[in-house]
Amino acid sequence: MLTASANESKLELIRQDFPILRQPTSGGKRLVYLDSAATSQKPQAVIDSLVTYYSEYNANIHRGVYEIAARATEAFEAARATVAQFINADSREVIWTRNTTESLNLVAYSWGLTNLKPGDAILTTELEHHSNLVPWQLLAEKTGAELRFIPIDDRGLLVLDDLDRLLDGVKLVAIAHVSNTLGTILPIETIIPKAHAAGAIVVVDGAQGAPHLPVDVKTLDADFYAFSAHKMLGPTGIGVLYGKRALLEAMPPFLAGGDMIHKVEYSKASFNELPWKFEAGTSNIADAIAFGVAIEYLNGVGFDWIREHEQQLTAYALERLRDLEGRGLAVYGPKDPKLVSGVLSFNYADIHAHDLASILDTEGVCVRAGHHCTMPLMNKMGWTATARASFYIYNTEADVDALVAGLDKAAHIFGV
Amino acid sequence: MDDFYRDYILDHYRSPRNFGHIEDPDAVAEDLNPLCGDQIRMELVVNDGVVNDIRFSGKGCAISQASASMLTESVKGMKLEDVAKLSKDVVLENVGIGISPTRLKCAMLGLRVLKSAAIGEIAGWPDEE
Repeated sequence: MLTASANESKLELIRQDFPILRQPTSGGKRLVYLDSAATSQKPQAVIDSLVTYYSEYNANIHRGVYEIAARATEAFEAARATVAQFINADSREVIWTRNTTESLNLVAYSWGLTNLKPGDAILTTELEHHSNLVPWQLLAEKTGAELRFIPIDDRGLLVLDDLDRLLDGVKLVAIAHVSNTLGTILPIETIIPKAHAAGAIVVVDGAQGAPHLPVDVKTLDADFYAFSAHKMLGPTGIGVLYGKRALLEAMPPFLAGGDMIHKVEYSKASFNELPWKFEAGTSNIADAIAFGVAIEYLNGVGFDWIREHEQQLTAYALERLRDLEGRGLAVYGPKDPKLVSGVLSFNYADIHAHDLASILDTEGVCVRAGHHCTMPLMNKMGWTATARASFYIYNTEADVDALVAGLDKAAHIFGV
Repeated sequence: MDDFYRDYILDHYRSPRNFGHIEDPDAVAEDLNPLCGDQIRMELVVNDGVVNDIRFSGKGCAISQASASMLTESVKGMKLEDVAKLSKDVVLENVGIGISPTRLKCAMLGLRVLKSAAIGEIAGWPDEE
């Protein structure tokens, strides 16, 4: 663990890598970006990677014989290897997709349609993002399987008392690693073995997990793990589906077309081996390569530091927000930095989250307001909307102070 | 956006006019804002083609609720066919200048729901016409 001053120096060095943080808002305010759960900012190295690719070696991959095609192919597959190493998987088990949502849909279509039938059950939780709920709703409808939910308590923690009974007949468990609305870190290490014992596979929505927590798919023994580049310093438009090799080998293709084939005749085709069986058409080459750079940057920062920094910042934020509790500020979720990862949802008296976010915007503070793609969760908890502040590696205590100053301004305007 | 939350906006938010329900309304519609979390319901009493009474209910941001509240005051006594033809201008006049593009739908929700009640089916978004 670093000393306080060494910590501050490291944080300052990190912030210098993010050019957008130097841009003031149109109102002349410092940009206080507290919405990394929606998308993260990018370090110069990732931005440079995109420019370099398109300036120096842009070419289609796998088929080209000429020099820049070879270079592009090598960089593309090297990025895949970087991802594989990052999560302790084999390269053949790393499928490039557009994002977490596409990864989850791939499992629903390719594994789900083939393996589920009436009488089977799918188990998920009450706090899932729409992307880890709606695909399973559609899958249940199409296959006749039943959709069940692990409930949550009023702190946003899973209630696992009934888990064994809920798992009876379940073939697929779909679960988030970290909740994007409440920040709760779900106990997937506990749930995965139980799911396996009950005969179910487990699909993990790692969109909020992979950017913040070290992920080892072998230790977790997850059957599928999905995540997106853009929430972890990478560009939009590229994500990953990790799947256990045996499962992926047995699954039919998802999208069909070029690259995912082996041999094609007019009437039929045979398919490529892993991982390319699941990558149809020209891939998002530039962004895959940039994602590799993003992961290398994160490895350079180190996940121990990332987690420590986040917990410190969350603790500081909870402390400062506690001062506003008397005037009606309510923070949701477990309110324990050890149980959450970098996300705080809250409401302030009778000020609607939208209005809060608009006023915070006038002070350069960026938070998200609304249902955060978790409408059922909001309904269950009785919230119309919440404001959400989320932290990442470049956020500081000064950012939290700016948030609180903005909240004071909102309170003043609304006469709270 | 800084001085958008003028006194009359906050007044309509805190003390919405015509808030509530009508027993046996002649026209009803409700909808929500895709941006998130805003809901409005409009209930009308219509006699001889004229809106004699109107109530709105719902929950959401100050802009959506205040805008809906002001709208109900604007349309009492109006012919239903004129209500159906209202444009976004009536909303913009009510709330004044300064709504950012991202919040426009918050302000327009009430009008969309009102027009839906008037024509008997879900209307388009007034800011998109």
